[in-house]
Amino acid sequence: MRFDVAIIGAGVVGSLIARELSQFNIDVVLLEKCNDMAMGTTKANSAIVHAGFDSVPGSLKAITNVEGVKLMPALCKDLAVPYKNIGSLVLAFNDSQMAHLTKLLIRGNKNGVPKLRIIGQDKLRELEPNVNINALGALWAPTASIVCPYELNIAAVENAVSNGVKFIRNFEVKSIKKQSDGAYMLSSGKDKLQAKYIINCAGVFSDTVAAMVGDDNVEYKIIPRKGEYFLFDKTANGLVNTVVFQCPTKMGKGVLIAPTVHGNVIVGPNAIDIEDKEDCSTTIQGGIEIMTKARRSISTLSPKEMITAFGGLRAHTEGDDFIIEKSKKNNNIIHVVGIESPGLSAAPAIANMVKMMLLSITGELEEKNGFDPVRPAPVRFKDLSDSERRELVKKNKAYGRVVCRCETITEGEILDAIHAPAGALDVDGIKRRTRAGMGRCQGGFCGSKVVGILSRELDIPLDEVTKFGKESKVLLKKTK
Amino acid sequence: MLNYDLVVVGGGPAGMAAALKAKECGVNSIIILERAETLGGILEQCIHTGFGLHYFNEELSGPEYAYRFIDLVEQNEIEVKTDTMVLGISADNVVTATNNQEGIISIAAKAIVLAMGCRERPRGSLNIAGTRAAGIMTAGTAQKYVNIDGYLPGKKVVILGSGDIGLIMARRMTLEGAEVKMVLELMPYSGGLTRNIVQCLEDYNIPLKLSCTVIDIHGRERLEGVTIAKVDRNRRPIKGTEEYVACDTLLLSVGLIPENELSAAMGIEIDPVTGGPIVGENRETTHKGVFACGNVLHVHDLVDYVTIESQIAGEGAANYILALEEEAIYVTTKGIDGVRYVVPQRININSDKDVKLYFRVGQTYKNAKIFLENNEEIILSRRRPKLAPGEMEDITIKSEVLRELPVNSELIVRVEV
Repeated sequence: MRFDVAIIGAGVVGSLIARELSQFNIDVVLLEKCNDMAMGTTKANSAIVHAGFDSVPGSLKAITNVEGVKLMPALCKDLAVPYKNIGSLVLAFNDSQMAHLTKLLIRGNKNGVPKLRIIGQDKLRELEPNVNINALGALWAPTASIVCPYELNIAAVENAVSNGVKFIRNFEVKSIKKQSDGAYMLSSGKDKLQAKYIINCAGVFSDTVAAMVGDDNVEYKIIPRKGEYFLFDKTANGLVNTVVFQCPTKMGKGVLIAPTVHGNVIVGPNAIDIEDKEDCSTTIQGGIEIMTKARRSISTLSPKEMITAFGGLRAHTEGDDFIIEKSKKNNNIIHVVGIESPGLSAAPAIANMVKMMLLSITGELEEKNGFDPVRPAPVRFKDLSDSERRELVKKNKAYGRVVCRCETITEGEILDAIHAPAGALDVDGIKRRTRAGMGRCQGGFCGSKVVGILSRELDIPLDEVTKFGKESKVLLKKTK
Repeated sequence: MLNYDLVVVGGGPAGMAAALKAKECGVNSIIILERAETLGGILEQCIHTGFGLHYFNEELSGPEYAYRFIDLVEQNEIEVKTDTMVLGISADNVVTATNNQEGIISIAAKAIVLAMGCRERPRGSLNIAGTRAAGIMTAGTAQKYVNIDGYLPGKKVVILGSGDIGLIMARRMTLEGAEVKMVLELMPYSGGLTRNIVQCLEDYNIPLKLSCTVIDIHGRERLEGVTIAKVDRNRRPIKGTEEYVACDTLLLSVGLIPENELSAAMGIEIDPVTGGPIVGENRETTHKGVFACGNVLHVHDLVDYVTIESQIAGEGAANYILALEEEAIYVTTKGIDGVRYVVPQRININSDKDVKLYFRVGQTYKNAKIFLENNEEIILSRRRPKLAPGEMEDITIKSEVLRELPVNSELIVRVEV
């Protein structure tokens, strides 16, 4: 197989780049080492579109973040991804923190963040009635928003694939060799393919991939920085109305409490630098740290409504900024390294930037006829009126059968998720696309039904259905 | 819009018993809505025996127990819609449901019986640290895989929680050839029935480790092992007692939660201890004409008790529909000193019936005495050789005693050693 461009890594950045490139008449392949897209940093982060006041003025983080905020609403509309502009607050509990808010305000103004201002207790209580009484004031950023990161990622791949991009899963790039014709041979050990241009979006592994082509620069070195989160039941909805931060530290933006676009409440993260690039485990200490810190913001936060915990890794670099540049040793390779927070917010801008960078290498590219930037909105039975539901079931009976009772997800939606472009192949893939299993019972009831539907639709035995690919099989074997 | 006198939400043992009783009391227009493909509820996957000892004086399997009622539902020509999920109930008792044959259905009801059952607590609500490997599931999910689908989830098993489903699955997985390494229980006593501990663990030499829990989960893709530890009196892991146990499956049997999303959404008052609606002696909730019974009301250990309770709810609903209800003057009930909750939470003293109060204790007791009190006066007391949180208790108050109670007073149930 020979492609013009190979994008390594189907996280939100790689996938949005794939979508950008799908508007040109070139062959693009998006390579993913897991069984699905959005399996790294994209699936486990704060799900925030940051306003953009945190990063150092002039840094790539600052520029792409503020630009990303502008692009995000239209992008989410095109891709039918849940997005809500709810604003964010940074709380201050003492005078030195109040002074720090001023620093953030000045920084934000320099970065070009609109409508930023410092508010006092009255306005703060009006925005967040449940906030700790000890909060003296806050930095109010009305442009901050919440988004569903993995849905954005999935939608981007679906749209890219609909526009001709080839998505290959379970292809972990193990080696890259330059051929005599100037193209590169990418190998997973099992499979091989060729590409003229490579875009490295491998997240926490972006340094490893860069090293494969000789770019073993020290500044690329990724230090995986783990963050753990708690997700609370929808019964906690209303606890906060905005994204509630505390004053940042040198390890990051600290523990936040925020609503999610689906009506849950997310709390986290902590920040711990680790060695292992695949260690997303949660810890007892991490949990205590998060809850203790979160209670400083909202003292009534109750662990009773917790429905799950998860961990994610930030692709942190020593330089503390995104690195988006052409390889120093290879003309036809672009590295996208160190995309940690605010990577999600910046992703649309990064995708644009990488596209322009590629065009500067390739020269002008012919635009594809029939490119469609719009991804059709998936059916969300739960959000429909009864009359809309009635019409839907008339057309397709599978929409009348509820599979996931906690989130009211129908069999029709699960079938759509499996048969979509780049559709779900495993239980977690169904969960991210439809929310079946995301609710308070966490798949206790619908899990076995989803396993059954996957087995039937993919025509594989029940004991080959996995939670998330490879050896993550749900069942061992038939009973005696 | 369809019209029925009685809509029963849930076709498990509770819903069926309530519908049958209402029919017996003279209600003819009844429909049962069941989300699964068949009637029977969770009994369908409970293929072990032990059901019916109290109600039928016979030892039946779950499906056999269910079938006795399914048979009666058919004989009595009670209407049933299976594969039908109730989406909501309006304040004026209109039930909205969906299925894949008719789409959205609206049913106006004179009375409603809520019988949605309960769900298992998942890993997330316990916040067990570690990875997100495959092979971690609730005991009930594993029971469905083994007994309904015919697939074994794994071969080296650790079970966390000694609830009855966990104990039953310890035996079931063993019989299917899996090695059940141990059952861990956070508390210093088991939450399950004594007979299950004997028949499902002791008979198979499966160790029950009390005051122990899982503190870490290992394995990237499929589960590889768990770290267990002893816990202190405050249920905190004790340093130095950690132990690694290799396993490919972790089953959770750590509690059941009544499924009251529908009830709460229609504004029915929920008891924070039981997780179920607050009900009167006829199992009427705080919403007129809406009744609740079975595990949606409070979690039962035996289906026999579910049946008895559901008959009370069925009769209550019938009396409401047929306008036979007495004017309500309530006393409330309350558990103190070791009694965690009492159901029903209130009693109409005009009801003219003896009322059985069901309750659970918060710890184990030996040679304890149960007191029923009103205004600091002891109404009656009963001696119990043994009390355990896993076994539901009851005490009966006579109608003639009830009638004499002061209006709005409180009936207290307490335990004393």
